[in-house]
Amino acid sequence: MKLLIRGGRIIDPAQAMDKVTDILVINGKVETVANNIEAREGMKEIDAEGLIVCPGLIDVHTHLREPGQEHKETVFTGAAAAAAGGYTAVCAMPNTDPVADNQTVVSFVKQRGINAQLSRVYPIAAITKGSQGQELTEVGDLVGAGAVALSDDGQPVMNAAVMRRALEYTKLFSLPIVSHAEDKTLSAGGVMHEGEVSTRLGLSGIPALAEEVAVMRDILLAEATGGQLHLAHISTVGAVNLVRQAKLRGANITAEAAPHHFSLTHQAVDGYHTDTKVNPPLRTEADVEAVIKGLSEGTLDVIATDHAPHSMEEKDVEFDLAPFGLVGLETALALVVSKLIRPGHLNWTQAVTLLSTNPARIFKLPGGTLTPGSEADITIINPDLERTVTKELFKSKGRNTPFDGWKLQGWAEYTIVSGKIIFQRNSKEG
Amino acid sequence: MRWQRKDLLALEPLTRDEINLILDTAVPMKDIIRRDIKKVPTLRGRTVINLFYEPSTRTRTSFELAGKYMGADTVNIAASGSSVVKGETLKDTAKTIQVMGADVVILRHGMAGAPKILAETVTSRVINAGDGTHEHPTQALLDLFTIRESKGSIAGLTVTIVGDILHSRVARSNIWGLTKLGAKVRLVAPPTLMPPGIEQLGAEVFYRPEEALAGSDVVMALRIQKERQQKGLFPSLREYAKIYGINQERLALAKDGCLLLHPGPINRGIELSNTVADSIQSRINEQVTNGVAVRMAILFLLMGGGKGETIN
Repeated sequence: MKLLIRGGRIIDPAQAMDKVTDILVINGKVETVANNIEAREGMKEIDAEGLIVCPGLIDVHTHLREPGQEHKETVFTGAAAAAAGGYTAVCAMPNTDPVADNQTVVSFVKQRGINAQLSRVYPIAAITKGSQGQELTEVGDLVGAGAVALSDDGQPVMNAAVMRRALEYTKLFSLPIVSHAEDKTLSAGGVMHEGEVSTRLGLSGIPALAEEVAVMRDILLAEATGGQLHLAHISTVGAVNLVRQAKLRGANITAEAAPHHFSLTHQAVDGYHTDTKVNPPLRTEADVEAVIKGLSEGTLDVIATDHAPHSMEEKDVEFDLAPFGLVGLETALALVVSKLIRPGHLNWTQAVTLLSTNPARIFKLPGGTLTPGSEADITIINPDLERTVTKELFKSKGRNTPFDGWKLQGWAEYTIVSGKIIFQRNSKEG
Repeated sequence: MRWQRKDLLALEPLTRDEINLILDTAVPMKDIIRRDIKKVPTLRGRTVINLFYEPSTRTRTSFELAGKYMGADTVNIAASGSSVVKGETLKDTAKTIQVMGADVVILRHGMAGAPKILAETVTSRVINAGDGTHEHPTQALLDLFTIRESKGSIAGLTVTIVGDILHSRVARSNIWGLTKLGAKVRLVAPPTLMPPGIEQLGAEVFYRPEEALAGSDVVMALRIQKERQQKGLFPSLREYAKIYGINQERLALAKDGCLLLHPGPINRGIELSNTVADSIQSRINEQVTNGVAVRMAILFLLMGGGKGETIN
């Protein structure tokens, strides 16, 4: 199986490459990156002129809902959505039903991912049994079954002693602990960002402090233990500042931000649109600017989608009753291009670093580079293609997006896993 | 001018002229309430449904009487006894009510934004009778009516609202209504009961009642809910009453002839001392009467009143 990608602009931050050249893939691995590779019989060719060719995008924060909530998403539909969004791999959060706190569920999710033959699916297992925040899971078994990280995402580990033990114990496995940083005593009852808009709408607020207090605690625990801490969905000025200061002190921590947190403010909640109900909530203009600055200066290491599909029935209710979450796999790349690259906040190298290089490095995953010999997980992006987000065309079962109807530029044309094209944009869909 | 809106969901989007239209229409409605026979046939053959997801004897009775005085058939549905407890969604309940032929649905709901969902789902007219901590437009309209009735005009007045601003839909609606009509609004509450960014709605924030009351033309005390204290938002009802309770000494700081309002029911000895609650400055009973008049006016306008129809 041979694939020749011709004349694309290859951006691979891992080898400091940004040049127009060709890539040859043989048997699922990158064989050569060179000019004027000769086409041979039996080689499939892609003309990538005018397109960006980069290591496949990796989402370290996806909710696939299977097992237990297949009406929202399955591993298959989630992997298809990932492929359509340009992602060659996703890390699946463990808040399924039952929770992925045992090797059976972790193996099941992994196997479903293999069966789907689309984007790679890497399970993340729970930190604590049932994600109840009390008792550590059997980490050795979970790693053996394929878990690439631990997280109780959706719930914080409120008990600081448990979080300390988790960070200490997982040093044995060099496993990242992904923190959902939220102090529940400060966020209790809140449904959106606490501020002028929540006051006007009469909705209970989640203060920025709820995130910042928890981020500070987890940074201190990580510094004390030497465990590998990855802070999920950073959304406030204060949290970005805390991460920056910790990194200046030399703390070995990483952090991510989600596209909706650099694309929308809490003003979007006006009108009680439940597709804007997300946790952490959409914040203020200043918070959005801080997240963008954090990404552009490297304080925040990763852009992750926090893809959280819900059914229409669950979202089509009073704002207070709707579950938190929006779908992101199929809009993330276009939001990065439209909201970060085109306005000049990021260049392409930075964007690829945040979307692929760093996720692979931090979570120790295959891919993340196009160095010869590496897995041929490749995303080919048309940076100029403009499309209107149409939620009815999503591969995900989730339609809960606040971006429906938005015109965005920069979409994946091809998604390639192990040298096999798993997504090719249908020209009729634009 | 004529009423153009399908629903009355909030005061935030209303113009000054729309608010004045409601207040002006309520004047003749109050005359009807004063008659021996308090009934006009204006809404005969119309059906008004009170859909109350939260218990509220005052507001529900006020709407019910308003409907009956206008000749409409009124039906009360309490959510606790309805299919809601069986898991039916608000939208489905709304559709059911619509196909039963309701002309107007009056919704009281514990969650902000619920009337908007209802209004977008049904062709019936929808009136918000209080949604979570968002708005309670008819309560604010009756407050505006009561103030205007006593003071002649609202423009230029200083109105001080005292109490649990954080959870008060009455305060939010009053801020919109009062500022649109040209009044200055002062809010006074313990810092823990003052929502962030409330000044961006156009009000001035105080923590000490003595400062806020000075020079006020109207003082509106809000009901304190005892469970707020249990949540630790303030130390005790006793301390609240001591610092924020409106008594004669505090009321004396306001202008001579200052009006005292309260949406009721009063916790006597907490928000208001007995003496001020029953003083000549108190308009609390008048508010209740005016509530019926204002709600009659709203029903009249929403049902197409003012397009050549008379109310007699």
